Amino acid sequence: MERTISRNSGESSLFAAAIRESLFAGLISLGLFIMLVGLKTDQNIRNELVIEQRWGLLASLVALTMVGRFLYVLFVRPALERRKLQKARVAPKAAEKSYLARNWTKFAVLFLFIYPVLMVLMFGLQGSLKWVDNFGIQVLIYVMLAWGLNIVVGLAGLLDLGYVAFYAVGAYSYALLGTQFGWSFWILLPAAGLMAAFWGVILGFPVLRLRGDYLAIVTLAFGEIIRLVIINWREVTNGAAGVSGIPKVTFFGLFDFNISSPYYIAKVFDIAQSGVYYKIFLYYLILLLALLTAFVTIRLRRLPVGRAWEALREDEIACRSLGINTTNTKLTAFAIGAMFGGFAGAFFAARQGFVSPESFVFLESAIIVAIVVLGGMGSLTGIAIAALVTIGGTEILREMQFLKVIFGPDFTPELYRMLLFGIAMVIVMVWKPRGFVSSREPTAFLHERKAVSSAFTKEGHG
Amino acid sequence: MAAKPLLQVEVVETYYGNIRALGGVDVAVNEGEIVALIGANGAGKSTLMMTIFGNPRARAGTITFAGTDITHMPTHEIARLRIAQSPEGRRIFPRMTVLENLQMGASLDNLQYFDEDVEKVFTLFPRLKERMSQRGGTLSGGEQQMLSIGRALMARPKLLLLDEPSLGLAPLIVRQIFDAIRQLNKTEGLTVFLVEQNAFGALKLADRGYVMVNGRVTMSGSGRDLLADPEVRAAYLEGGRH
Amino acid sequence: MEYFIQQLINGLTLGSIYGLIAIGYTMVYGIIGMINFAHGDVFMVGAFGALITFLLLLGLFYSVPVAVALLIMMVVAALLTSLYNWAIEKVAYRPLRGSFRLAPLITAIGMSIALSNFVQVTQGPRNKPIPPMVSKVYTIDTISISLKQIIIVVVTAILLAIFWYVVNRTSLGRAQRACEQDMKMAALLGIDVDRTISITFIMGAALAAVAGTLFLMYYGVVVFSDGFVPGVKAFTAAVLGGIGSIPGAVIGGLLIGFIESMWSAYFSIDYKDVAAFSILAIVLIFLPSGILGRPEVEKV
Repeated sequence: MERTISRNSGESSLFAAAIRESLFAGLISLGLFIMLVGLKTDQNIRNELVIEQRWGLLASLVALTMVGRFLYVLFVRPALERRKLQKARVAPKAAEKSYLARNWTKFAVLFLFIYPVLMVLMFGLQGSLKWVDNFGIQVLIYVMLAWGLNIVVGLAGLLDLGYVAFYAVGAYSYALLGTQFGWSFWILLPAAGLMAAFWGVILGFPVLRLRGDYLAIVTLAFGEIIRLVIINWREVTNGAAGVSGIPKVTFFGLFDFNISSPYYIAKVFDIAQSGVYYKIFLYYLILLLALLTAFVTIRLRRLPVGRAWEALREDEIACRSLGINTTNTKLTAFAIGAMFGGFAGAFFAARQGFVSPESFVFLESAIIVAIVVLGGMGSLTGIAIAALVTIGGTEILREMQFLKVIFGPDFTPELYRMLLFGIAMVIVMVWKPRGFVSSREPTAFLHERKAVSSAFTKEGHG
Repeated sequence: MAAKPLLQVEVVETYYGNIRALGGVDVAVNEGEIVALIGANGAGKSTLMMTIFGNPRARAGTITFAGTDITHMPTHEIARLRIAQSPEGRRIFPRMTVLENLQMGASLDNLQYFDEDVEKVFTLFPRLKERMSQRGGTLSGGEQQMLSIGRALMARPKLLLLDEPSLGLAPLIVRQIFDAIRQLNKTEGLTVFLVEQNAFGALKLADRGYVMVNGRVTMSGSGRDLLADPEVRAAYLEGGRH
Repeated sequence: MEYFIQQLINGLTLGSIYGLIAIGYTMVYGIIGMINFAHGDVFMVGAFGALITFLLLLGLFYSVPVAVALLIMMVVAALLTSLYNWAIEKVAYRPLRGSFRLAPLITAIGMSIALSNFVQVTQGPRNKPIPPMVSKVYTIDTISISLKQIIIVVVTAILLAIFWYVVNRTSLGRAQRACEQDMKMAALLGIDVDRTISITFIMGAALAAVAGTLFLMYYGVVVFSDGFVPGVKAFTAAVLGGIGSIPGAVIGGLLIGFIESMWSAYFSIDYKDVAAFSILAIVLIFLPSGILGRPEVEKV
């Protein structure tokens, strides 16, 4: 593992090193996998645990590791080192961006607007369902959540590991008020946002003096507390069973998506009945909500409060000495971030028609934080890309039926979704600790905009 | 000077990111010598001291110690060749006692000669003996400086690197520390390479000296010659600290 | 009163397990200042290692003395988790040392997700029950103490004594403390910092494996998701005791154990995890340096 090879020691010693390291890696992976992969605990008919042996699987895993390590040492690492050396030599130069690159976001947004139409054209009404709902809406929900959390983490530098709590507050606000009082989505959406913002302030208050890791852990605890309260407060929340029968969203009361209703969209417009309309409608709804989040974020960054957030991220003490009220600054960040979480939650409840505490586990918070960090903390484009890669990638994995041909009919790709997600999180962080888009445009500049490498921006302490 | 120098630094370049801190530095320290490196703030003196230890690593050039190329060696292995450093900022372990700090210095030999060596350090700096079981973080600046030097000596070094031993200390303590260095050099034959802003004191103490400006060595010579040099006098001595 | 003492004993047992896990958190946090979020899952891997060893022993031999079986389980589990933690540190955390502070925390969360799902994929998602290993119960008046509880407390005490000795009296412990306080200086004094950090991860993992074995013996069941909640509670214990302090981790573990068993006994068992999380929040907010911790000096 140690870099014993010097640059000019030639091919043969590199080859020898590759062999040596691949043997070493094989040995390590043998040690790691021999018990957990080679031996499987299973229950027999009498409900006793017995051990099933899987030496073939173990051998192939170890072999895979060895080949991987061998190729890495022989080809990938030298290439990486060459690139690093070249990079060190060539001073970074700001390249003139092409027309496409300059207007990239405009094209991306345009594409998002025509995406459902494209899908319907390509796969037909029924066929597009999967792509609009499972893929499009799913990714956009996470884009919105991550953009909302970005206000707290990326701008204000407050690491929040319990963001899913506000998502839950929003979802339950709509679910409970919607089912109990039958209020419309359009009234409850702002209500859910306000409710979440309120909780953002409530939870924000006690953690004002905390910083960094401790803040992260306390917010994690708050997230778990809210979830556990939802589970255990059965009289109101129906406990782990969840709330079902949540009303659908209507198009401002003009028409709706219940087949039995007189204003059903197919009747109003006299077109064929299909569930896809509702999904496409939801798609545009979440797209607009997400764009609203982005718009607000961009505007806020130019306002004093946004500047204060970024200043807070860089240096809290300097902030205070400049007369910035750090208490209010932090609380507004929590509240606004939470509000968008609440919006997303209300949307989620409306989309699913059912909410249960299952949907608001810590893993969700971790995924959202991961998206923000992978996206480069603060870069909206980066975050959107990260959401697309992580959520879209794991959704696509469900579709990879051809893997069954390789791994046999018992292979269920869904099972590996979270495993791969975790591994990908580690690999991406190690490879690009600053995230995908690691530079950002300054909000204040003289004469010309210069990209600021995020290596120069701090993650904040509090 | 027929023999090869104990420490030889040849055209070493060091960078922080893309910023060049050392631009081709040549320095040699012979066995038994006291060599001083003087220069203004930010000239790269401390960077050179740390580059010798491979942290930051030199991007070009070679560093040899006692015939071994140490340019690419890990820091701890360089230390194991018996180079000891009292670094910039003293870097005392704040939550260890004075005695434990000294034990850390002797960890190369696994405390084999500890009792013997610690007595030597205590005779050199009697103050440390009084403060033996006090935590490092609670010592005064001068005491910390003594402890830092003492800790470096515990490693039984062939070469001692001292980074600004006089920084922020009262003149009396500075003299005490400089006396100790001279005594070690005379009685034990210890080779010393020290960095100083206190050019007058350092050049008076040293056999030879180097002047560093903006990451380059601009002048070298015997301590006495440099002291007499008008340029050196103008830049580092007159109106400066004595 | 008897009921109270009974709960005290239960709390002591639980607390011992939390304390053992907490040491891993506290040592790693002490030395490289990161929350090793995957540590709870390393504990879970340890429990699985013990489980598989137990089943192997059951299959290979007609009967094994319980003490021997437990010892073998602990050793095998400790070897397994040591290898895991060593590899995790090397692959996932070392490249990020000196990077910005959130990066290792995020990788650790990724590692935690990967580990628990790895075990889910390879060992299946169902609960893994084993027949009771130790069932003897002693009764004094109306208070009952099971042999399991005695084993847990005794094993914990022995390990603590060994660890206390290693950290405070050996050169390895001195090197660890030196790295904790000033890594750069430690390297200047000839200490192999990478190796010291690796050993720290291995030590923490070994303790977590023992905790995992004891957990398996006590509850007789383990499942892939068992890493998260004990992990968070152990982290709470580490913070409560003062992060970076080994005796603190144990005291914190015992406190969390007591609070949890008292809460379940006198208030509501449903809300026992809420209690643990609330304590975590309260401690971090009002007593961030813990009971035995050092106050964090903020440099300006």
